[in-house]
Amino acid sequence: MLKIINLILSIGLLLASSLVFADGHKLKVGMITTLSGGGSGLGIDVRDGFMLAVKDSKDIEVVIEDDQRKPDIAVQLADKMIQSEKVDVLTGIIWSNLAMAVVPAAVSQGKFYLSPNAGPSALAGKGCHENYFNVAWQNDNLHEAAGGHANSAGFKNTFILAPNYPAGKDALTGFKRYFKGSLAGEIYTKLGQTDYAVEIAQIRASKADSVFFFLPGGMGIGFMKQYAQSGIEIPVVGPAFSFDQGILKAVGEAALGVKNTSQWSKDLDNKANKKFVSDFQNEYGRLPSLYASQGYDTGKLLMSAMEKASVKDMGSFREALRSADFDSTRGQFSFSSNHHPIQDIYVREVIKEGDILTNKIVSVGLKDHSNAYVSQCSM
Amino acid sequence: MTAELLIEQLLNGLQFGFMLFLMSAGLTLIFGVMGLINLAHGSFYMIGAFSAAATFAFFNSFWLSLFASFSSAAVVGVIVEKTIIRKLYNRDHLDQVLVTFALILFFSELIRWIFGAFPLYLDVPKILNGSIEIFDGIYYSKYRLFIIFVGLIIATFLFFLIGKTNLGIQIRAGQYDREMISALGVNISKLYTLLFGIGAALAGLAGALIGTIQSVEVGMGEPILILAFVIIVIGGIGSIKGALIASLLVGLVDTLGRFLIPWVLQTITNPSDAMSIGSAIGSMLIYILMAIILILRPTGLYGKILS
Repeated sequence: MLKIINLILSIGLLLASSLVFADGHKLKVGMITTLSGGGSGLGIDVRDGFMLAVKDSKDIEVVIEDDQRKPDIAVQLADKMIQSEKVDVLTGIIWSNLAMAVVPAAVSQGKFYLSPNAGPSALAGKGCHENYFNVAWQNDNLHEAAGGHANSAGFKNTFILAPNYPAGKDALTGFKRYFKGSLAGEIYTKLGQTDYAVEIAQIRASKADSVFFFLPGGMGIGFMKQYAQSGIEIPVVGPAFSFDQGILKAVGEAALGVKNTSQWSKDLDNKANKKFVSDFQNEYGRLPSLYASQGYDTGKLLMSAMEKASVKDMGSFREALRSADFDSTRGQFSFSSNHHPIQDIYVREVIKEGDILTNKIVSVGLKDHSNAYVSQCSM
Repeated sequence: MTAELLIEQLLNGLQFGFMLFLMSAGLTLIFGVMGLINLAHGSFYMIGAFSAAATFAFFNSFWLSLFASFSSAAVVGVIVEKTIIRKLYNRDHLDQVLVTFALILFFSELIRWIFGAFPLYLDVPKILNGSIEIFDGIYYSKYRLFIIFVGLIIATFLFFLIGKTNLGIQIRAGQYDREMISALGVNISKLYTLLFGIGAALAGLAGALIGTIQSVEVGMGEPILILAFVIIVIGGIGSIKGALIASLLVGLVDTLGRFLIPWVLQTITNPSDAMSIGSAIGSMLIYILMAIILILRPTGLYGKILS
């Protein structure tokens, strides 16, 4: 008798659980991001922004893992998430070298990948894929705007430097694509390098009239402090990565007045952004950075697609993602044919609000900017 | 390329070398005398930098934060030695590596738990701010000169300590025959604790000095730890003199390599390629140096000859 009851019960349970799975609007997200070691501030901001966006959704389950900024670990985590966690969507990677290791394999296994940060040119051009969407920018974008800004600021002879990894190469390519002056020097530094005495000495000797640098995270903190120490007076320009909210405090006064380019800023005047900035502050007790805004937009995009289609129906889910029907913190937002954003890129200036260093928008650098790799993508 | 640039780069190399010396001096003593592979040495570097940043945020004084850096690292070092490291002296190197690696993870998490994952702020004092004209037309950062100066003082202090004091005799004796000096009535466990504390303090001081011009963040100690191990291998394990010479050698080779190799390559290929090939070779250079030295002198420059 007991056996029969047991049997009935287990059949019941089985049915119940299959009912849950039948509900197609449930979705499982695997987030692989940098949460420890150097550069963890970036991953934490992306995670917090994303979690804030999906906070009220009961249908999204998020699995979060730390890649420690190591490509091999990111690959292992991706395998685990795809094979044993059975996630539907992957997201979270900060660094382009990690994205290059994970994304192609993940999308070819029929998973969606929404990039909240890394946008290497290889994945925008020949390596583009229908299941890969970048919600932040193509790597070159902010640097292209910086090149444009350098022209309008009247710089003629610029010294440029970036770390030696995919995003660093994209950065200098992007800058050179728009900058019309000549180059006083071009240096690739080691990824993760924090001492720039050697490079700063070369800048001093080069007789440049300005410096462009892309050194995200802790690298930029070291560079800015040492640059301020060196007594070199020529102006610097850079993308927002070295002047974002998470690290401005650590850079200190050395950053004051520096022009930097960004697709997002705290003071962007639209409803979604105002709500995001105040919600983020309430939730985490700090100001959001551009990474947080990218994580948040990624979450909102995902939810907008879930309202339209089930992730099991990959074709319609992809269409729903492609329509980008959500209120971005950046205002205008749409996808180009290679699934990268078309958006405005602003020039910001580092200012002091009370005691806090932050950014304010001074002008629009590039309007409705897409990317240079659209034609190389056969999608 | 001008002479000014070359001189500035030489100074950069020296400064980097002295910085590495602060890290490797403690490491080589601990390895040489106590026979302990201490991977957690980078954690003391980080602890020094974070306690300096915390003190700076509170008192806004650079000098006080410098003091906080080595004293707190020393205290943590002594506690760690007395509670954990002490049990490892008779174990083999694998156990030591595992435990001290666990300590790295522990301290990184602890620091993140206390201070958060975002980099902290630490700034140069007014008196060392900016640069100074040392020769005609050659400007150099005052703070970097200060680091060279501190490195020189510490090196002198260590040579005096090892060469001229009673403690130094015990340390040197301990390197050659641990059992014999304890049989002679030297309290070996006290000596080990002291030595470990000194090593940790030097690492902490280095962390604060470097954190001031770089970034104070979790995991900052590991990249420099690798270089410190390269140095003690080149210099010969246990030798302070070897550590000093190897530090300066590595500092100069790394700095000048990063700068000269791309410059030389530019004469044969276009600047962009020269830069990427050059920076790749530049970062290999110290390992090539290590390999060459180990081929010529398998125990390092000043290592004891293995019997």
